[in-house]
Formats: sequence, C-alpha cells, structure tokens
Amino acid sequence: MAAGAGAQNLNGAGATFPYPIYSRWFSEYKQQNPSVQINYQSIGSGGGIRQVSEGTVDFGATDSPMSDEAIKSAKVKTMHIPTVLGAVVPVYNLKGVSANLNFSGDVIADIYLGKITKWSDPRIAKDNPGVKFPDAAILPVYRSDGSGTSFIFTDFLSKVSPDFKSKVGAAASVRWPTGIGQKGNEGVAGMVRQSPNSFGYVELIYAKGNNMQFGSVKNAAGKFIQASTDGVTAAAAAAAKSMPADYRVSITNAPGAESYPISSFTWLLIPVQSTDAAKGKALAGFLTWMLDKGESEASSMTYAPLPRPVQDMVRKTITSVK
Amino acid sequence: MQNSPIREFLSKRGSGSLADNSFAAVMLLCALSIFAIVFFILTILILRSHQSLVQFGWKFFTRQAWDPVSGDFGALPFIYGTLATSLLALLMAVPLALGVAVFLTELCPRPLRAPISFLTELLAAIPSVVYGLWAVFVLVPLMRDHLGPFLVKTLGWTGFFEGANFGVGLLTASIILAIMILPIISSLTRDIMNAVPNSQREAVLALGATRWEMIRIGVLRNSRIGIVGAVMLGLGRALGETMAVTMVIGNHPDISKSLFAPGYTLASVIANEFSEATGDLYLSALIEIGLALFLVTIVVNTIARLMVWAVTRNAPARVH
Repeated sequence: MAAGAGAQNLNGAGATFPYPIYSRWFSEYKQQNPSVQINYQSIGSGGGIRQVSEGTVDFGATDSPMSDEAIKSAKVKTMHIPTVLGAVVPVYNLKGVSANLNFSGDVIADIYLGKITKWSDPRIAKDNPGVKFPDAAILPVYRSDGSGTSFIFTDFLSKVSPDFKSKVGAAASVRWPTGIGQKGNEGVAGMVRQSPNSFGYVELIYAKGNNMQFGSVKNAAGKFIQASTDGVTAAAAAAAKSMPADYRVSITNAPGAESYPISSFTWLLIPVQSTDAAKGKALAGFLTWMLDKGESEASSMTYAPLPRPVQDMVRKTITSVK
Repeated sequence: MQNSPIREFLSKRGSGSLADNSFAAVMLLCALSIFAIVFFILTILILRSHQSLVQFGWKFFTRQAWDPVSGDFGALPFIYGTLATSLLALLMAVPLALGVAVFLTELCPRPLRAPISFLTELLAAIPSVVYGLWAVFVLVPLMRDHLGPFLVKTLGWTGFFEGANFGVGLLTASIILAIMILPIISSLTRDIMNAVPNSQREAVLALGATRWEMIRIGVLRNSRIGIVGAVMLGLGRALGETMAVTMVIGNHPDISKSLFAPGYTLASVIANEFSEATGDLYLSALIEIGLALFLVTIVVNTIARLMVWAVTRNAPARVH
C-alpha cells in the first residue's frame, strides 16, 4: 500500500455459504495490509445482489449468478468474480444399508417429483447392484429457506430431468411437489438423521464437517462420483474451456470422467466503477491477494479452489476494476 | 369557597394547571404513537407490495400457489396454516391455562403457590428457538413413534389423522405453540382472578354454593373479559410465532385436512425466503404475505372483540 494512503473501509454483504472462508481471508488480509479493513455481512445472496445494485455496499457476494433482468435494472453495474467452489451431496437414512449408495440424477429428480416413492424402486436398485432395499416409503427432505444450496441442486436436477425443469425449475426457493422442508443445512441433516427412510441434500462442507455418510452421484460421463474438493475443481476445470467472459456459468453436470456433477462457483460482485478510485484500488488489491495467497487456503477449509486456467482468467479481469 | 389548607399549600407551590396540561399532552402523544406506528407499518407494507397487489389483486389472498420460479404467488395455504395452528394451539392451551390459574388462585396450598407461579413465568421467558430445538429433538420423535399412532388408533375415524406421519406437521406445530402460549395466558389469568375481591367469593359461599360453584359464579364470571384479553395476547403470539413453528411444521405450502400433513405459516415463509429472494415481484409478494399477516391479526382480533361484546352486552357480570 502506497505511503500516505489513509485507512480504507470496504463494506460487503451477501452469500452465507462462503462466509467462513471470506471472514478468514478478510482478517488475514487486514493483518498483512493494516490500512484496509473489509467488513462482510452474510445476509444471503438475494440481499447481497440488492444492496450492491443499490450502491449501499462496496461489494456483494452471491451463490447464484445474477439474472439478465437483475443486471439490467441494477443502478450500480457489477462484474462477477468467482472465488471458490462448493458442492451439494445427497444424504439418506436407511436402516440396514451400510453401503455407500449411488444415485443417478434422474432418479433423484423423480424422488423429489414424487414419482419414485419407495426405496425398493427398481431404478434405485439398478444403480446399486447387490444392495437390498427395504420396501419403505421415501421421505424427501428439502431446504425451506432460500439458499444457494437449493439453487445448485435444482439447477443440476433441471439439467438431467426435463420433467423437473418444466415442473419445478432452478432457483434458491422452488415449489417442491412433495416432501418436507427444513431450515438450513443443520435442519435438513437433523431431519434426515432422525427420520427413517428419508432422503435429503446438504452442502459438502457441512457433510464433511459433521462426518455424515453421503451418496455418490452419476456425472455426465456416466461415472458415479463421490464428492470431494478434487472432484469439484475437476468439474470447474472442465467447464473452464467454455467459460464466458462474465463468469456467469453453471458447472452442474459438467463433462469429464472425474467431475462431480452437483457443484458450483460462488461469486463476489465487484462494481465495475467504484464510488471512488481508492475503493476500487483497494478491492483490486484484495482480489490479487486472493489469487496469490487466498486460493491456496481453500482446500484446508474444504472449499474447492479455482482451477488454474480460471485463476489466470480472473487475474486478467481484475485489472479492469476501478 | 374558602380555600382548604391543602389547596393553599398546592397553589403556593405554583401553578398546577401548566403541569397538568403538559402532562396530559405528553400522555396523548404516547397514545398517538401507537396509531403512528400502525399507520407507518401499514403504509410501508402496502407501498412495498405494490407490484404484487397490482399483479394479483385481492385474489392473492385466496389463491393456492407459491412458485418463485414462474412468479406465481398466492397466500391461501399460508393463511390456512397460520390460522389452523394458532386455533388448535388455543384449543389445547386455554383449558390448561385456565386450570392452572384456577388452581393457583383458589385451590393451591400456599407453599406450592410461589414455585408454580415462578415456573410458569420462567416458561414465558424461554426464547422460541429453544422451544423449537426441544420440539425437534423430543416432540417430533414422540409424535412419530407414539403420539401419532395412538391418535390414529383412537381418533382415526375423524379423518383428521390420515396419511403418513413423519413427526413434523400442523399438529406438532400446534402443540409447540400451545406450550409457548400457555404461560402467557395462565399467568395473566391468574393475576386477573387474584384481582377479584374476596367479598365476591364470600358472598357466593354464604349463599350456600359449593367450591366449584363459587369459582364458576364468583371468580370465572367476574374475570371473563380479562380472560378473553389474556387469550387474545396468547393468540397474538401464536399467529406471529416464527422460529419454533418453522422448525417443526414441515414448510410445505399445501392445504390438507390431515393434521399430520406438513403445512406452512405466513411468518415462516417470510423468515425462510426473504434473505435469498431475488426479483421484484417475488420480494413484493413476500411483503404482501406480511400484509396478509397484519390483516389476519386485525380480523381475528376484531372477531374476538365482537364475541366479547356479544356475550357481555346484555349480561353484565352478575349472578342470574
């Protein structure tokens, strides 16, 4: 930081999913650059988009990319900068079944559409040869609160099941045809844990942090993959080849034999033109630090880091931050 | 008129009318602030839900749709869930609360009175998220494994206990609400019954009434308006309760006759979806849900007031 630059305060708001790593990054950045204080409030992606579009915060953060409509109506024009990746995993509670189960995307979609109602359904059995399923009704559990987790999950299901796309669609909150809604990852996990024969979905980080057993999901190449940060980064790398310049890309059901199919970027929303040059400069400074130092800390917090080609792209993009 | 020594003393201290008038003015301002608060809330709710009001009109309150993806919104399942859980909660809590209050004021041995009163008030101070957690870990499994099957066996013929019972749903939410409003209703009712003068009780007893008749005629009859007020306060909390309900109601916007079925309340859907809501119409619809909650509260309170008025207008508190 140039000598004489006064203390710079940056305020941001948005997604809750990347909050743990953001708060660690911001506090480390402050230690190394005492003149820049970054404050972040995890008020949810919707709030983040609204506030940065209104210009009430210096940057926003979101788990689902802004819609064309939202971009058009925003007072402050922003760019999407991908930071890390997250994944969503299927969890279940089946007495007497200890094997790690496999699920095809269309089977998961039909469970949530109410078309597959029993664990003994032949389509579940087909993906899990040798496993004996009980003849019990499936209780689907979903997130009742609007969340990036639901967005990634429904985005994936919409891609693999035309029926799900037309009846439900992809969004942070959708109209689930059947099942029970619980609040937060902990709500879904708690419900699944205590309800026999239930099926739900939670963030990979949450499942790992709580030592939950979770299923493998069939990817676009037809392979069943159990989620891991490597599998998520592989999916991002596969998508990087066709990465649009504004980074608004969905990487669910990505190609590649090792890609985990239910994963997504999370983005910072950085104003193209900050209210004053010093703020823009401070933001650009942080983003460069994030690529140099921050990314390497992601895996230790079970976030998947950006693949190398995407990091190189972002490095070029942030030169235009003013 | 000759001034009394007291009057003289007061006028020596200075003008009382200025102090009196300014005091009255300040009190008036305090009272008016209630109107101002209600007015501002209503204005903001209507202004911010304008888009949804225009799009769906009055039908918003009678439509059964909630689809953020296609932008199709209606509040009926939420209104149903709110009313059903609150009324069921009242049905369970009011008799219990009256029993507690009658016992405390009329029948309780003196050494027990303070601990029971203390515990009742303690219950009222527990944050709702704690009730919610307790419900998730204790009430939900209890409902799924014991209470639910028992209800199916004994009351299954009514048709209110059909379909799969997962432990979460309208009935579980109503029970947790009943537990939450019980201390409010019972401690207020106890205070009201305590305020009934003992002469009333003695008079009824002197006429040869039994103890139950004394409680019914001397105490309950005299305090019924206050009891309705206490019930209204409990109902107010039940209508607006968010956290504990959303943890056990299942959050599925459907209207179902079965009390085992998951439901959704007005307050829950706002709490669940507001932070991640994108799109102007979606936000506007969520704020209109707030407006619906506001209106539901007003309508329910009005009905209750009318009921009190209908009951008491020709029958002042007296023994027939």
